[in-house]
Order: sequence, then structure tokens, then C-alpha cells
Amino acid sequence: MLGSRPGMKSVRVANGQGFWGDSVDAPLELLRGGPIDYLGLDYLAEVTLSIMMRQKLRDPRAGYATDFLDFVRRALPLLVAKGVKVVTNAGGLNPRACRERVFAIARELGIGDLRVGIVEGDDLLGRLPELVAAGHPMTNLDTGAPLSSVLEQVTSANAYIGAQPVASALRDGAQIVLCGRVTDTALALGPLVAEFGWASDDWDRLAAGTICGHVLECGAQATGGNFTRFWEVPDLWNVGYPIAEMSADGSFVVTKHPGTGGLVTVDTVAEQLLYEMGAPCGYVTPDVTADFTSIELAPAGPDRVAVRGIRGRPNTPFLKLSASYLDGWKAAGQVTVSGPRAIEKARLAADIVWRRLERAGVTFAEGDRRTELLGVSGVLPGILAAPAAPPEVVLRLAVRDADRAKVDRFGKEIAPLVTAGPPGVTGFAGGRPKAQEVVAYWPALLDRREVEPGLEVSVESIG
Amino acid sequence: MRVKLARLAHARSGDKGDGSNVGLIADTPELYEVLRREVTAERVRAHFAAICRGEVERFEVPNLRALNFLLHDSLGGGGTASLATDAQGKTHGQGLLEMEIELPAEWVARLPLSAPGGHRDDPDRR
Repeated sequence: MLGSRPGMKSVRVANGQGFWGDSVDAPLELLRGGPIDYLGLDYLAEVTLSIMMRQKLRDPRAGYATDFLDFVRRALPLLVAKGVKVVTNAGGLNPRACRERVFAIARELGIGDLRVGIVEGDDLLGRLPELVAAGHPMTNLDTGAPLSSVLEQVTSANAYIGAQPVASALRDGAQIVLCGRVTDTALALGPLVAEFGWASDDWDRLAAGTICGHVLECGAQATGGNFTRFWEVPDLWNVGYPIAEMSADGSFVVTKHPGTGGLVTVDTVAEQLLYEMGAPCGYVTPDVTADFTSIELAPAGPDRVAVRGIRGRPNTPFLKLSASYLDGWKAAGQVTVSGPRAIEKARLAADIVWRRLERAGVTFAEGDRRTELLGVSGVLPGILAAPAAPPEVVLRLAVRDADRAKVDRFGKEIAPLVTAGPPGVTGFAGGRPKAQEVVAYWPALLDRREVEPGLEVSVESIG
Repeated sequence: MRVKLARLAHARSGDKGDGSNVGLIADTPELYEVLRREVTAERVRAHFAAICRGEVERFEVPNLRALNFLLHDSLGGGGTASLATDAQGKTHGQGLLEMEIELPAEWVARLPLSAPGGHRDDPDRR
């Protein structure tokens, strides 16, 4: 069979968690459904670390992904029995405390032999003033503004770490590696570097492992989830999460466990390769610059796709900084408006809310308030034709402002629509919309020499 | 005749900074050449006029028979600051497949998804 030549070592790397909030059963199904060597679990979205920072400020023992501990409780006996290794960013801002909890759970479960590694040093929040003073502007990659303009509002700042510290923890015998802000692709590349001993300047193989990680990192998106031709995907309810069988030469096969639902074809893999893609010839990570225009895909049997030909170039002198800062408040509320004349009534209801707020002296800039009629092209306006007389529409209103009081005042103006608006307004449940703090994302670049000397890998056995 | 891109391509989208990216993948090498010719950055920008406030960049990925579009300033503020329901551009791929291009009738007859068991949205099969 293509891509799995007999006698050649192949390493099976899987991903069972594409983001914080993904299926809690998927990683268990991957463990139960067949052989895998490594299981990657991603729990960090762009601003998750900001939430964890708040938790850690309240309790110094907090600040990691608690969902991961639920997984450990359910899966640890099986992980140990099968010798499957786990690499995850669940450590968040406190990998050390997370490890203590993992050890505590292991003891409760009667597991006496377990090695867990942690990677620390990506958290730069405390060093920001010093870094700014030393002449690192950490300019926002989207807006061009210097970080100094929001320094007081910053709530978390982490450098994206690459695969080498992960590989180092695995070589030191860790069965579980807990990282903070490691790249999603390093969850796969780290194990591959550890297994195959790829050199840190073996750009083609590092690129292959990185692209392998990119295919895996969003879980079921490689195996039929979010696939355009959903009607071709069997048993999506039981979708198998992705597994890569990697060979030492950097070629690999994307597949899933037999007996699962979903679909692995050149088309499903190609869609995932393009997901969140920028310039395809230069996918920059701390480890390598991968060239997506070099990838060759070929069918290799049912639910198997061979990937080869991948080329890479040297990494850059920078690491990506992922910071978050507080940027005001927002709230959104919605009601359902029945027909007849649903669109007309929804528009009237929206107008009522905005004018009553104006009467109360509460106004929002045009860009800071939003009216959506969901059901009549609310998400793709101007593209999909809206029905002229829909049986009902959902009216969704949202605002944002630096002043929390204004956002709270908006929240009080939705419920009155039920009695003091047009007829047929319903579905107002769950109380008044609450003002939420906007935690905005600040992407920037930072000289890697400011970060890498401070990275620490520690592997400990259960005591 | 005019056909929707959904007849000859598939797509995926997601957020990329303050905008979205849409990967558009042709079903055959010949159709990739059609996409390269017809689906220009300007046409995509016009198609998303009500959504995309910034520029549209286009990249070619011939090995995947794909074009990658970056729709700048298309998320209503970007990431967590956005007030939009689709703050991550998850629907933009579905939206691009609604774009219509001109294709000779004999080409349309040969589209892989015009075959039996093919595209459910094919008007001939409804």
C-alpha cells in the first residue's frame, strides 16, 4: 500500500481535541478504536490564556485547561496500559500545577508509575515592560500599532513555542507532556522529532511534520467535518478523528480508525490544508518555514491519503507573540419574530430598540452596533437570496463600547419588545443580555533570543 | 452558460487576523485553470461587497488545484471584538461557492458533479 512500505518504521500520531470545547469523547474513541502512538490535544484558542490568567490571579493553583483533567480521569488507565503518549497545551499558564493534579488523579486511580513533562517559559506577561523598554515594539501584525499603546490593558502575553522542547521532554521519558502556548503543529512535530531524530535544520522533514500537524490540528476537520460535500460523508455523528502514519523520510498517510464515520479523501485533506492559510509558500512556525505549494496528495486506499514531496526553508529569527488585552464591553441579545410580515416586524423592533436607547441618551457609533436578521441572509448578506416572506426570523442586536454602563443599558431594552413592540415577538429567554468584557487579541513578533534561553523542560515521575 | 462555483469546486474558510481566508479547490486540473481565469480577486471582492471592507488578496496553490483568498477586514471587527454572528468567517467558503461564472455548455455537461449521484444542488437533478 502506498506510503506504508513494509519494514519501514511508521509512527501513528493522532489528534483528539481541535480546540477548547471540542468533543470530550473524541480522544477516548481514538484510544479505544485502534493503535496510536501519540495523542495530541489542543485546548488553547487565541484568548483562552487571558481567561486562564484571570483564574490564576484568583487562585495561584489554577490557570490550566480543567477539561484535560476530566480526560485524564477517564483515560489514564487505558493510556498507561497501551503506552500511548499525550502531548497537549492544556498546561496553559500553569503547567506545573496541572502536573500536580495529573499526579493526584493517578494516585487516586492506583497508578504508581507515570512520568510527566512540562514546558515553561512562554509566559512573558511579567517581562513586557522590560521588553518594551529594551526596544522591542511588538507591533500589532493586523493594525501596526505598538504594544506600548495598550500595555496597561494587557492581560496575557505568551510566545508561541516550537517542537524542540516537546521532543526533549519525550526523549526524557515523559508519557504526558504539558505545555502552555506551544504551536498547534508542534503537538505532532514534537513526537516526530523525538522518534526520528530529525535535525533542527532538516527543513524538509520539519516542514513535513509541521504540515502533518496542520492536517491534524483541527480534529475532525480533516476527516469529513466541515466538508463542503457533507452529503458524501457517512456517519458524521460517529466521525473518526484524524491519525497520521509518519515515515522517517517525511512522507505520511492521513487516515482514521476502521469502523468510524467520516471520510478521508484527497478533497477532505485538501480543504483542511487550506484552513486558516495565508501565503501558501511561507507557513512560518518557530521550527521551520513550510511550503504548502510543495505538497503532493494521492489516494492510498479507502479513507487513506498519502502526503509527500514537502519542502521547507529555514525558520525565522522571530517567535510569534500572542497577547490579549481588555478592549471595552459588548453584549448581544435576540428575539424570534413570527410571520406574517416577519421581516417588517423585525426591522420595526430593531428600530424601536435603537430609538428608545437614543431617547435615554445612549448612542453607539455605527460600527459599534449591529442588527442582524437571521433567517434572511444575516450571515451572508448580499450573497444568498433571502426569502421575501419567511415564516419567522431571529432578530439579533449587538453593541460594544468602552463604557460598561451603556452596554448594560442596551441589555435592558430587549425584553420590552415582547409587550411594547410588534405582535408575535417571542423566544426571549435566559434573562437580559449581560455585558461581557472584550478580550482582544494582539498578534506580534518578538526576537526569539529574548525567549528561548528562558524555556525550561522538566520531567518528573509520580512521587 | 452561468454556473455556480459549487458545481465545479469545494471550499473551506476560517479567520485570519482581522479577516477571513477562503480556500477554493477545483474538481479537476482543467477546472483549476477556469478558476484561475474567472475567479479574480476583484470578482471575489465584489461578491463579498456587503461583508468585506478591505482588500482581497489571491494566492495560487496549483499542487492542490486551489486558490487561496484573503478577505481583509471581513469579520466586523475581528476575533473577539466582532459583533457579527459569523465572527470567524466560517460561512465565507459556502458564500464563495454561490458565485456564478461563465462556462461553455459542453463543459457544464462534463462536470464531474453533473454525473448521476453527483451534486444535490444540480438543478437538473432536483
